[in-house]
Amino acid sequence: MFQAFFIILQRDLTLAIRHRAELMNPVLFFVLVVVLFPLGVGAEMSILEKIAPGVIWIAALLSALLSLDRIFRTDMEDGSLEQMLISAQPMSLLILAKIIAHWMITGLPVVLVGPLLALFLGLSVDGIETLFITLLVGTPILSAIGSVGVALTVGLRRGGVILSLLVLPLYVPVLIFASQAVGAAAAGFPTVAPVAMLSALLLLALSLTPWAASSALKMSVS
Amino acid sequence: MDAITNFLHMGGYAPYVWSSYGITLVFFIWSIMSPLREKRQLEKRIRRVIENEKK
Amino acid sequence: MIMKFIYKLGSPPYFYNLSSKLLPWFSWACIILFATGLYGGLVLAPADYQQGDSFRIIYIHVPAAWMSMFVYMVMAFSGAMALIWRIKIAEIMLINSAHIGAVFTFLALVTGSIWGKPMWGTWWVWDARLTSELLLLFLYLGVIALYGAIEDQRKAARAVAILALVGVVNIPIIHYSVEWWSTLHQGPTVTKFDKPSIDIRMFVPLILMAFAFKFFYGIVVLLRARNDLLWRERRSQWVANLFAEKDVTEDAK
Repeated sequence: MFQAFFIILQRDLTLAIRHRAELMNPVLFFVLVVVLFPLGVGAEMSILEKIAPGVIWIAALLSALLSLDRIFRTDMEDGSLEQMLISAQPMSLLILAKIIAHWMITGLPVVLVGPLLALFLGLSVDGIETLFITLLVGTPILSAIGSVGVALTVGLRRGGVILSLLVLPLYVPVLIFASQAVGAAAAGFPTVAPVAMLSALLLLALSLTPWAASSALKMSVS
Repeated sequence: MDAITNFLHMGGYAPYVWSSYGITLVFFIWSIMSPLREKRQLEKRIRRVIENEKK
Repeated sequence: MIMKFIYKLGSPPYFYNLSSKLLPWFSWACIILFATGLYGGLVLAPADYQQGDSFRIIYIHVPAAWMSMFVYMVMAFSGAMALIWRIKIAEIMLINSAHIGAVFTFLALVTGSIWGKPMWGTWWVWDARLTSELLLLFLYLGVIALYGAIEDQRKAARAVAILALVGVVNIPIIHYSVEWWSTLHQGPTVTKFDKPSIDIRMFVPLILMAFAFKFFYGIVVLLRARNDLLWRERRSQWVANLFAEKDVTEDAK
């Protein structure tokens, strides 16, 4: 059973690496969105460092949203999704593997690049440290919650628009706890509470979303 | 007469209070009228379906 | 006994007949409750010490907010019934509650905003309640949008059931996170009606209005559910019989 998990994980990662060009897109989008903020808001460092946690996190949300499609769409189109559904393996386990693969492909780069960008927004060292932690803990949550949204909309023609409407409200707690944690760290306050909440959300997401996504996929594909 | 004007005046907050109640009334009326209207059209369509089923 | 009743409810003709009998009762209850609630709230209740007569918006704002939560719970419960036991009536209750739920949420937001102007001086305040309500509105709109986007009605109902259940898990999380977030930026946002020592002349109409709103929801959801049910079952015998009976009573007049 766990073998199937690793097989799927490996498969998704291999497929992603084969299309290396596409790998850069979510990260480039992420960087671009962050860069837009100083251009739109003004280059005053005092303002930028205040909004930096929120800006980075919102960019992370949007970039996650944009990249969600890939979790199930190609599999649906080439029929491998149906194969997974009728296989003897529990679908939720396979979906968990796909969520983790998706995170490694789209979330992990954001975790690594985000703190660098934060420097450009004037965030302090303490802030950047906490930013890294929140991104590390939070971006998998985005992949997990997003997988449910994609599972519900993968069969639809203009599913992308509805996907955003469905998923963004669910992302709000992650955004709140993460950006508040970073803001607190930058101001010298303790960050235990919001980071703990984020970790709890991560555990909750990883345990519940594969089940919900599998239920939704069975409906979408039937 | 005085009592009624005072009532409508709502202690100076008339626009706030009455617009709240007004917009609620609008939406409530729509919420009731919409399914009632639909029912009338639905009955015609269902009768047609029943007629076709008989054939 | 209760299980038998719930089991019977799953039968479309039983549900239809029951709702026909319930609607007049609900309508009268609703009218009486609105009449007494509005009279109590707009006329009898004294003006608030600090807010004057503007507080009377509470008689719409609070029941609407309560209903926005209640209706979502009903949707989630129906969704669970629909997913686990595939009960058609559950699907129908689920999808036909969404629009009125969104209306309640919207009204809570709008009246909250209008009330905010004299209370806090601005049309919008990012306080915990209004912000949570706003996100709840998006959850409702998501349900409505998703249902509209899926062609097959039963598939659509199942999808929306999943979404409603995911939402219901998230609502407390969202509420908690938004409340936590807003207390960090503490502003003049403490609603004075949180204190238990609210004047009873102000409180009773609030409860009356709350029940009035509940019955109103009942009426709207039954009206819509009946239409939905008739259409889904249009080819069935009981619907044919129903319309045949109608023709007889029409001819008799």
